[in-house]
This record gives sequence, structure tokens and C-alpha cells, in this order.
Amino acid sequence: MSGRSLFQKVWDDHIVVPESADTPAVLYIDLHLTHEVTTPEAFNVLRSRGLPIRRPDLTIATLDHSTPTVPITSLKDLDVVSEPAAAAQIRTMIENCEKNGIRMYGYDSDSRGIVHVIGPELGATQPGKTIVCGDSHTSTHGAFGAIGFGIGTTEVGHVLATQCLLQRRPKTLAINVEGKLPRGVTAKDVILAIIGKIGVGGGTGSVIEYRGTTIRGLDMEQRMTICNMSIEAGARAGMIAPDDATIQYLNGRPLAPKGADWDAAVARWRALPSDADARFDREVSIDVSQLTPMVTFGTNPGMVVPVTDAVPVSDDASFRKALAYMKVEAGKPMLGMPVDVVFVGSCTNSRMSDLHDAASILRGRKVAKSVRMLVVPGSVQVQRQAEAEGLDKVFREAGAEWREAGCSMCLGMNGDIALPGQLCVSTSNRNFEGRQGIGARSVLASPLTAAASAIAGTIADPRPLLPN
Amino acid sequence: MEKTEIVRSRTVVMPGTDIDTDQIVPARFLTTTTRKGLGKALFADWRYDKDGKPKADFILNTPAAAGCKVLVAGNNFGCGSSREHAPWALIDFGIQAVISTGIADIFRSNSLKNGLVPVIVDQATHTWLLANPGVEVTIDVASCELRLPDGRSVAFPLDGFSKYCLLNGVDQLGYLLHQSDAITRFENERAWKP
Ligand code: SF4
Repeated sequence: MSGRSLFQKVWDDHIVVPESADTPAVLYIDLHLTHEVTTPEAFNVLRSRGLPIRRPDLTIATLDHSTPTVPITSLKDLDVVSEPAAAAQIRTMIENCEKNGIRMYGYDSDSRGIVHVIGPELGATQPGKTIVCGDSHTSTHGAFGAIGFGIGTTEVGHVLATQCLLQRRPKTLAINVEGKLPRGVTAKDVILAIIGKIGVGGGTGSVIEYRGTTIRGLDMEQRMTICNMSIEAGARAGMIAPDDATIQYLNGRPLAPKGADWDAAVARWRALPSDADARFDREVSIDVSQLTPMVTFGTNPGMVVPVTDAVPVSDDASFRKALAYMKVEAGKPMLGMPVDVVFVGSCTNSRMSDLHDAASILRGRKVAKSVRMLVVPGSVQVQRQAEAEGLDKVFREAGAEWREAGCSMCLGMNGDIALPGQLCVSTSNRNFEGRQGIGARSVLASPLTAAASAIAGTIADPRPLLPN
Repeated sequence: MEKTEIVRSRTVVMPGTDIDTDQIVPARFLTTTTRKGLGKALFADWRYDKDGKPKADFILNTPAAAGCKVLVAGNNFGCGSSREHAPWALIDFGIQAVISTGIADIFRSNSLKNGLVPVIVDQATHTWLLANPGVEVTIDVASCELRLPDGRSVAFPLDGFSKYCLLNGVDQLGYLLHQSDAITRFENERAWKP
């Protein structure tokens, strides 16, 4: 018998009732993250069936998707700045949590933020846990060696009522990443390159384990960026084995285990990495030693090229439709394309290291007059830390807007949008048509590339602007 | 959830690949707190012009699409966001089954929980369906068969449990609630507590 993979170990540890030919497994969920958009109907269903919440202590809630990123101090302000439907949704969320005894990190909390930023920040995200959220980027939490995956609203109801989900065991896909990352090339470029290689459906039905020396060398924030975009390759989840970096990151966080519990947890986490003889259903390798900054040119994250390359040529109808939407021409270089908006933020790239990257390029420089730049911290904690370090000043002095924590321009539902036809270089994870506003054209990139493009006013290579 | 045994209908074809759930329901419609009435948001940015008028050339606005319950779509349909609003909107619009060579995992799971039948077919069948829009097809959930007008019948994968839920209009929550004792035992006996 071959050894077990990281995924298999965590999966086995959560089987309440094993899978059979006729029925899926009943899988126990250790942590349920919730936000205002995908939960109201789940609470409605439970209410109408008279069902209580089984483990309110294992669910935490925050406000991020439809919340505005302009300063608000009370719910009254919300009615002024938000669309009535968005304000109502936020109120509903707060009420649902109050009535059901669910911890809400809301406007009165200094731990509010994008759900996938605050889970790790609070130390709620831990190795070996099963973590779900009504949001596809729950894959982010896999960076800690947890199984984290997105679920629909019906399943949110299942977890609230039973703390379990019905699941078939997914396949495993090992992605081996080797090579030293060149200067100016980041975790974001690595994951974009991986999606470009395996395609937006390349991970369907699978849980990815990212392995190899490059991955081992990444800090936790970079690992989160990688795992975050697993879903953009169609994967159920993405995982990275816990190690010293993981343990060090979690030590002392508010919801991390304490004292003897901490020691026991660390011992358990140390045993989680895949056994040397673990087998995967599929393996893919990628060498990143020659990688360059990457940018997308089309309308899904797999349509990606090195920033110094030209837009590829293809006769495929969907490909041509994407190019027409993006108003880019096959064979033309990406560099030099005029940019209208730059967005640094989202659960992919809104943590301290991302802000440091953006600031390193912006410091002492000016955002081009034709560009509107938004920098949006992923959480109130990130916001405070950045302000303590004076990063907000760097951004403001460069001419960027420094906003309150939230999903912001990652998706057009909170007031932050790019306008029809505008080209937005964005550190988020989705360049789908209209994702950032009706008719908006999104180019996904790293915070370094986004900041360099803001200064140039066109898509730009950040490498010449890197500080010494 | 309604029982679904047979879906018989003409097809409407959207050949594009990687149609994501942001297209199926754009994010600005997600501020709703109920699943009702989302049909009008279905493919909103493709379906309406900027004044909110239906675009005559968009497939779902054409007379041929009226009353179609089966959508034939390009590979990797429903990728992206986990929003269950996507199957809710399709169902509210009148779609009862989606046929493709590939359907994204979360969308597939959400569809099954709402009685929208995901039908995965081989490349040749798919190519034929794309080339022959509007044909009358029959999807038989009990036998997991897609029947084409020329008499061919193509098997599609559907696990026993999902099939049972579709055929009986049972939602999975009831099944999970029945496992309550096993869940309690698991909680009490596990080696560590979250
Ligand atoms: S930042 Fe974007 S991708 Fe992340 S949770 Fe918010 S909306 Fe989803």
C-alpha cells in the first residue's frame, strides 16, 4: 500500500460516514466562514423548516462583498452610501448572526475584512481542518494544509444544520514547482503561469497539492495567493503542506490553540505532509526559474502571457470573442496598452506583502494622470498595519485612493466599479466579462505589475522600476 | 425541490466555452436575499442592451429559444464563482437541463441540489448537438440516457444518490439530518476538537 497524501490524511480524518457506491461520504466541517451574499437564503430555509444551527461556535461571519469601501462608522451611514438592496443584505446578515449566536466580525470589529483574509489572520484557519464558505476562493485556506473549498447556498444550509456535507472523494493532482523565482516575479505570476499551462478546466474534479522547492520557499501570504486561484483552474481546492513557516505564522493568533493544546496541535500538523510514497492521480511540473511577470489578455485567467509577449493568435470562436471584448489584437504586444484603472486588492493580493510590493514601485513616483488607482486592504488589520508603516501615505502621495477593507472592485456589487470600456489592471483573480463592472475589461497581474502600469499609464513591466 | 424524471424539449445552443457564473448572473444582482425571480437577471449583460432592452440577436431572445428547457453549452460551463444564483436563474428562466462536455464542479453540485440536470456527453455527441440547434431531445434521469431524434441514445454519468434525489424530488438535507447520531458520535470521539 502506498503512503497517503496531505489531502488524503485530512479527508480521512473527517469522515463521519464513508462513501459507498450509492451514497457520498458524510464529511465533517471544522470551520464555516460566512458572508452577506451567499447566506441569506440558507438562513431562510432553516427558518422555514424550524431547524436550529448545530454548531454556531464553528461558524464565523464577516461583511466584505457588498460592503462599501468608503469609511462608514454605523449602519446609518450604510443607507447613505450603499444601494438599498446591498444595505438590506448586510442588515439581514447581521440579524441572522445575532439571532443564531454566530460570531460576526462586522463594522464594530477591528478584525473585519475579506473572509479569506481574516480566517488566517485570526488563526481560525489551521492545518488539518476542513474549511468551507459560500465562496469559491475558499481554496485560499489550503495554503495552511487545510482542505478548503467553496460551496453553494444550499450547502451553506447543510453545514449550518448539520456541520456536515455530502461529498464524493475528489481526485488528486500534484503540481511540482521548481526553480528560484527571478526578481520581480511573484507568487501571482506563478499561479497565472500554472493556470495558463493546465487551463481553466485543468483541475476540474481534483484537489491540487502544490509542492516543490519554489513552494517551500514562499511565505504564507504568497502561498495564499497560489492556493486562492486554484479554483481558476477549475480545481475543488489547492493545498500546501504545513511546515515551519505555517506554524510560525499561526503562533499567537487570537483563535490559534494555546498552551498544551498548541503543542498537541503542532505535533498533529507535523504529521500532515504527504508521505514520500504517496501517489497522485496526476502530476504536472513547472520550472519557474525563467518566469517573467504575467498578464492576462482575454476573459478568463487561463488566457495569460508574459507581460513582454504579444497577444497569441487562434481561430477558436470563443478566443476571438474574448479578444473582441477585450479590444486587443492578436499578434500585438501587451506592453504599452493604455490603462484606465488600476486595482490593488482582493483576497488574492491585499495582504501586507502585496501592499509592500505595490508601495516599493509607487514610492516617490506618480500615478499617470489618465489612471484611477485604488488600493484596498484585505482587512482592517492590514489597513491598520499599513497605516502604521506609512504605506497609506505612499499610496496617497502617488495619487492612488486608499480605501477601507473589502472586496471592492474585485466584483461589481459594492459601488467600486470600472466603467464600460475601461481597461483595469487588477490584482484580483477573475477577468471575466463584466466582473469589475458592465463592459469593463480586466487584465490580471501582480501588485508589482499593477503598480508599474499605474505609473506608466499603460501595461508595463515592473522589473525596471524595482528598488535596488 | 420538484421531481425530475424526464426532460423533453428542443435545445437552445450556446457554443461558447468556459461560460462562467458571472455571465450567468452578474454580481450586481447578488444583493438579493431570496432565490426568487432571478430569471430576469439570467445572462443580463449578454441579453439586454445598456437601456435594458432585449438584444434581438442574443440566442435566448430569439423566437426559436422560447420554451426550450435544455441548454447545450460549450465546455467547462458554469466555471468561476460558487453563486447558486446561477442555477436558480436558469431554472427560473425555464431551463431544466444543461448538456456539455464539461461542467464546473461547484455549478454541477449546485445544479443537482435544485433539480437542474447536468448532462456530460462525449465530444462527438456534443459536436452534433452544437451543429443541430433546436432538435428535440429527451433526457431520461432514471436510465441516465440522452435520446436524440435520430434514435441514438447516449449514456451520461450520474451517481446513484444524485439520481435518487432528482427522481424523488428529495433534497439532501433530509438525508444529512438522518445522520445526526453518527455526527454526534463523531464529534464526541474524534481525537482533537476544532
Ligand atoms: S475579494 Fe473577490 S474573489 Fe475574493 S472573496 Fe471578495 S469577491 Fe470573492
